[in-house]
Amino acid sequence: MAYGPHTAEDRARMLGAIGVATVDDLFADIPTSLRASGLDLPKPEPESDLTARLEALAGRNRVDLVSFLGAGAYRHFTPPVVDQLLLRGEFYTAYTPYQPEISQGTLQTIYEYQSLMAELTGLDVVSASHYDGATATAEATLMSCRATRRERVLVSRGVHPHYRETICTYFGGASLVAEEIPLVPEGPAAGTTDLAALERMLADPERPVGGVVAANPSFFGLLEPMAEIGRLAHAAGALFVSVVEPVSLAVLATPGSYEADIAAGDGQPLGIPLAYGGPYLGILACREALVRQIPGRLVGMTTDVDGKRAFVMTLRAREQDIRREKAASNICTNQALCALAAGIYLAAMGPHGLRDVATLGAARAAELESALAAAGAPRLHPGPYLNEFAVRVPGAAAIHGRLLDHGILAGLPLVRAVPDDPALTDALLVCATEVTTSEEIAAFAAALGAELAGAAR
Amino acid sequence: MTAAGDRLGPTLFERSRPGRGGGKVPHPPKDVLARIPAGLLRTEGPRLPEVSEPELTRHYVNLSQLNYAVDTGFYPLGSCTMKYNPKIDEWAARLHGFAALHPLAPDELSQGTLQLLWELEGALAEIGGMKAVTLQPAAGAQGELTGILMVRAYHRSRGDTGRTEVLVPDSAHGTNPATASMAGFTTVNIPSASDGGVDVDAFRAALGPSTAAVMITNPSTLGLFESRLCELLEAIHEAGALAYMDGANLNAIMGRFKPGEAGFDVMHINVHKTFSTPHGGGGPGAGPVGVGEKLLPFLPSPRVLREPDGRFRLETVGERPTSIGRVRAFVGNTGVLVRAYAYIRVHGGSGLCEVSEDAVLAANYLKARLSEILDVPFSRPCMHEFVASSATLKAETGIRTLDVAKRLIDYGFHPPTIYFPLTVEEALLIEPTETEPLETLDAFVEALRCIVAEAHSDPDLLHEAPHSSPVRRLDETKAARQPNLRWKAMTGVQTPCPD
Repeated sequence: MAYGPHTAEDRARMLGAIGVATVDDLFADIPTSLRASGLDLPKPEPESDLTARLEALAGRNRVDLVSFLGAGAYRHFTPPVVDQLLLRGEFYTAYTPYQPEISQGTLQTIYEYQSLMAELTGLDVVSASHYDGATATAEATLMSCRATRRERVLVSRGVHPHYRETICTYFGGASLVAEEIPLVPEGPAAGTTDLAALERMLADPERPVGGVVAANPSFFGLLEPMAEIGRLAHAAGALFVSVVEPVSLAVLATPGSYEADIAAGDGQPLGIPLAYGGPYLGILACREALVRQIPGRLVGMTTDVDGKRAFVMTLRAREQDIRREKAASNICTNQALCALAAGIYLAAMGPHGLRDVATLGAARAAELESALAAAGAPRLHPGPYLNEFAVRVPGAAAIHGRLLDHGILAGLPLVRAVPDDPALTDALLVCATEVTTSEEIAAFAAALGAELAGAAR
Repeated sequence: MTAAGDRLGPTLFERSRPGRGGGKVPHPPKDVLARIPAGLLRTEGPRLPEVSEPELTRHYVNLSQLNYAVDTGFYPLGSCTMKYNPKIDEWAARLHGFAALHPLAPDELSQGTLQLLWELEGALAEIGGMKAVTLQPAAGAQGELTGILMVRAYHRSRGDTGRTEVLVPDSAHGTNPATASMAGFTTVNIPSASDGGVDVDAFRAALGPSTAAVMITNPSTLGLFESRLCELLEAIHEAGALAYMDGANLNAIMGRFKPGEAGFDVMHINVHKTFSTPHGGGGPGAGPVGVGEKLLPFLPSPRVLREPDGRFRLETVGERPTSIGRVRAFVGNTGVLVRAYAYIRVHGGSGLCEVSEDAVLAANYLKARLSEILDVPFSRPCMHEFVASSATLKAETGIRTLDVAKRLIDYGFHPPTIYFPLTVEEALLIEPTETEPLETLDAFVEALRCIVAEAHSDPDLLHEAPHSSPVRRLDETKAARQPNLRWKAMTGVQTPCPD
């Protein structure tokens, strides 16, 4: 066995100490009728062969294209110091810090992560992490129902469709109802959450709303009227859940500033690789008043018996291992190492560095907007955006496919993600970040322009 | 102060000095954000710390040294399977082709990862004796939720809406009852019998037309194989309920027992246990779920499919309407799954069987040796872990399991899981795994022998343990009564942005 230390002599000594003749004797409790005879799997593979196999598989992925794809997962520069520190075995091979005396490293980094994220969101309580943005949003939504003892939530269609679907899956278990708030169909606010519709949905006294969920930037990259959405939610006695992108919070108004009660989002842009969808980092934050409703681990500062400052997991009466069926959630394992990555990333970038990342993305995106408009693909929505936006491209899905042959990953054909909205049939969602170059933008615009001109002929 | 104590250092925020750090990305042109209405922007920048890279590096390296970890020592933490994490797995997950692939990249760009996921699903299905596997859940608890939501969808699809209860043995992990609640079911707790197995009479009394599923951890959290399993499974299916297996303890039984073939309808697997993906200080893990025929239609979407021409693709939105839907944003904790794939490949079928044999052998060896020192409530052979108890020691000396555990730290060992399962008084749940050499197991036995002697000769030494760790016992009451969950005195970032 590849990593086992036992020699034949070791095994014989252990069998002798136990007082059995063979290892089979130790499995005697398995009923005979239920016994299996081995595994039909390939032979063991030496590491030298395995590295070649893995390199070949990784090589079958195409990651060399010029990419404008975001839609919930973003390409950024990660300073190499982040991964070098993550490779400390003392961090990544440690267990959950249930023994605080020998886990102060993990505990302090989680406390620091909570502090950093509190600063970004403007909210005081941050959980040690959830699985990803979608599950953090689903938990936030459940939390709003728990806190208000109401059973209905309203979710803007500007929230990522995969997040909305995850909320529905989670609600499939509870006797809760999630309804969608439509988007403004046209005019200067096109594509943002329809405030008039929200107000009507909140007005039904028979069906009180526990939570209102909106994203900023929205799935379409638009900046939403978060303060107004929050005011309407609060006027109806509902909590306001804000879905955020953490890099943008270096420059955009914070959930705390527009009085959101809960913020959720994905921390992947903070130094975590794309890795085909995970592991990412579910961010969940709330106002202090909701601290006993928040699911997931929390780390607090305290002292040891000698009065030394120390950190420990706290308020554990919310958790499944203590409360069992009455717990706030069933979450146990979280994404601690990803929270560590985010903490190192934020500390490495610093306040100005993070602001530069957000602002550079906005600058590149403005350049992209001009270039694509000149190529015949104007923006779909008129409102303000940060670094992601939708453009109108007739036959978007087909053109997206053809651009792959030119080495360009032209964002996301929106029809694939939101097939139930006819307004999005001819649209691409594109994004730019600080790693997007002018040359890449020019190449995209030229190739798209040629395709559109070809289609027009 | 001990040497380790010297490493306790300031927080990032205390290290911060205005003007330090920077140089990671270029400065953008001015006025870029002028196109965005001022009311939508942040009025003050975030007060993040400003530290130079050398300070940053020392900060984290010094913090890392305050941790106990598998890479530093023996971690006999029952129910957690803290085995060695192979370094090739870390290398594999970082290969650029895997790490840089966007989750929404078209299938034609993602063939390598899709093939890996498809092969991994197949291997896990073989290990579990299941028809199919979803890799989507991010952790064991999310796998449980996924499994129980599929159970719910199955009963509903048959118009069988009266099944409102999930039966859970009292020795189960807390995630089982918490999952049942989250999925909208009522938990019915089933007591354990004196042999550590499920109390079959109590079980039969609770089972009925309102039972949706029975969640069984097998081997149980006492480290025992459920010896009356045939009877339990038959009764569950006769009652029209489904059998859920908590696969947390799969490390004991690979190649010897396949839950799906034995009759379980659904099982989650903790790859961060059995397949050695690192625990990361609490995560990330991954919690694949295997299902039998009945639950196939309800698997989360999107599934990874293999076309007749050998190409791989993801299901499209709405392709399989019977699915319970997504349980997360994208297809899974792929970076974790790459590690599990590498682990399974390097071991192969025969190696995985040996993993289980050696895990069970090591646990029984340790149990035999420790039975001279502590109570060992169940004498029959254990699987990969076993329960010991300090009940006698406590009666004789007043020393509790907590004191024994904390004193083990002074001897250089991570304590076992303590006070779990809840059904055994003063429990220590001990799981040595298959990757610890005999010398380590023997040293652990000797440490416990010394501690028991100390309990009689110098009990205060144990009450106050640990003595050698970076900090000593913590004031957890203060932490809970006056929660301090974030650094409030952020400083050092009021300087204007440099040009």
